[in-house]
Amino acid sequence: MATDYFPRLSGKARLRVDRVSGATFLLYPERGLRLNATAAAILSLCDGCRNVAEIARAASHGTDIGPGESEREVGTFLADLAKRGLLENGPA
Amino acid sequence: MKQTHLNGEADRPYTLVAELTYRCPLRCLYCSNPTVLSRAAASPSPSANARTALPAKAGASPRAEAQSELSTEEWTRVMAEAEALGAMQLNLSGGEPLARTDLEALISAGRKHGFYVNLITSAVGLSQDRLLNLRAAGLDAIQISFQDEDAEAAARMAGRNVHAPKLAAAAWARAMGIPLTVNVVMHRENLGRIAAIITMAERLGADRLELANAQYLGWALANRDLLLPDRASLDRARATAAEARLRFQGRMEILFVQPDYHTDRPRACMDGWGRRYLIVNPYGQALPCQAAASLPNPVFENVRQRGLKAIWELSQGFNAFRGEAWMSPTCRGCEFRAVDHGGCRCQAFQLTGDAAATDPACSKSPHHHLIQSSRARADLLAKSESAGAPARSGQGGASSPAPIYRTFPATVTVPFPGGK
Repeated sequence: MATDYFPRLSGKARLRVDRVSGATFLLYPERGLRLNATAAAILSLCDGCRNVAEIARAASHGTDIGPGESEREVGTFLADLAKRGLLENGPA
Repeated sequence: MKQTHLNGEADRPYTLVAELTYRCPLRCLYCSNPTVLSRAAASPSPSANARTALPAKAGASPRAEAQSELSTEEWTRVMAEAEALGAMQLNLSGGEPLARTDLEALISAGRKHGFYVNLITSAVGLSQDRLLNLRAAGLDAIQISFQDEDAEAAARMAGRNVHAPKLAAAAWARAMGIPLTVNVVMHRENLGRIAAIITMAERLGADRLELANAQYLGWALANRDLLLPDRASLDRARATAAEARLRFQGRMEILFVQPDYHTDRPRACMDGWGRRYLIVNPYGQALPCQAAASLPNPVFENVRQRGLKAIWELSQGFNAFRGEAWMSPTCRGCEFRAVDHGGCRCQAFQLTGDAAATDPACSKSPHHHLIQSSRARADLLAKSESAGAPARSGQGGASSPAPIYRTFPATVTVPFPGGK
């Protein structure tokens, strides 16, 4: 993804914790996506000020995942959300 | 990294569908509301649910109907109980939910209980001021139903000319930043205009466009021969939708829901009975799907008499078609039983008289010929139309039937087309 792409959750999406499973859900019109802990951590970094490389670096900090692998994984996940129209570019 | 949601967990509701009222200014030929709304009309029908669940004066008049509906306080309690079971999405639906004067309070209550609040509306009667109030109350998203892109064709389908005010309401939603879903029920009359419908949704700035073929239950079943498309028209429309889905990816999500009459495979109706969805109808009856009250049994319980948790977990109604024990041998031995859950129980009942039968939409069903003969009629009708011959009954059997409009008060017992 481009270095000038600074993803942020779109206004129609909202995160909430599921009281049954404890998992974080991404809610948007009439739908919900269950996120695992890594996905939830990545989304919390999507503040509209970090680009994908910066998000990947922060997400893999303190783990043994290399920067290249982290960026690929983060990129795949965010591209999927973008296809669903759940991300915007730049600060709110 | 992302998980597909809902798999591998116990049955629990994710979505509460609150059917706030069955009152509606429109009379769409494919309406999903019950075909019988009064006890008087229901008495000769086979449905114990229609007899027992309908309040004494339901359907008698709009005023009596309003008095039969759950109150603001009762709906607020239902929301709290559904949220405690795990529901996170709230669909405020109907009938026309705008007919409820307490809609603002119900939206606030939904947000207070942590729901993502969706309004499912025709937008008829909506003013800009009221939409501002609904947004201020916490409305998260709006779904506006359109019948068509052509105003006259839309009026024929809805029984009333309301296309222009719908366009205005969609524009207000867009201007207020409310995420907009445009919903269009697709059928023989409008499938040929699918490209223009997609353009309309694009111009309205929709986030999402649902092109959902009619499901042939209730009113749509009564009007099936008028609505069911022929195969060639359906295939053309589906191709147009698929092309547009790619073109609009990331800007407008486009869904094209096939009619199960043309797929030879049943729908995974409601993602399975009593697994993900909880519907509460205007009178407080808790249901696994909007059409379930049309079944003669099981009898569904009412939130006025029992808590939602007990109804969801223990009631006969919610447990009747969970798991596989209820399935016909055809379904029980089928490799797809965990995928489609045997299809739609209401369709099985409405076409065969047995709610536990394999859905006739499935090619393995012994009743699949009912679906095939409907399809054959649709293909024949399309052929005689394209040949330019005015279709008349008694001349080869291909004639377009007269529409059956929903009435209110509902006193018409809709004919049972399964026997044709």
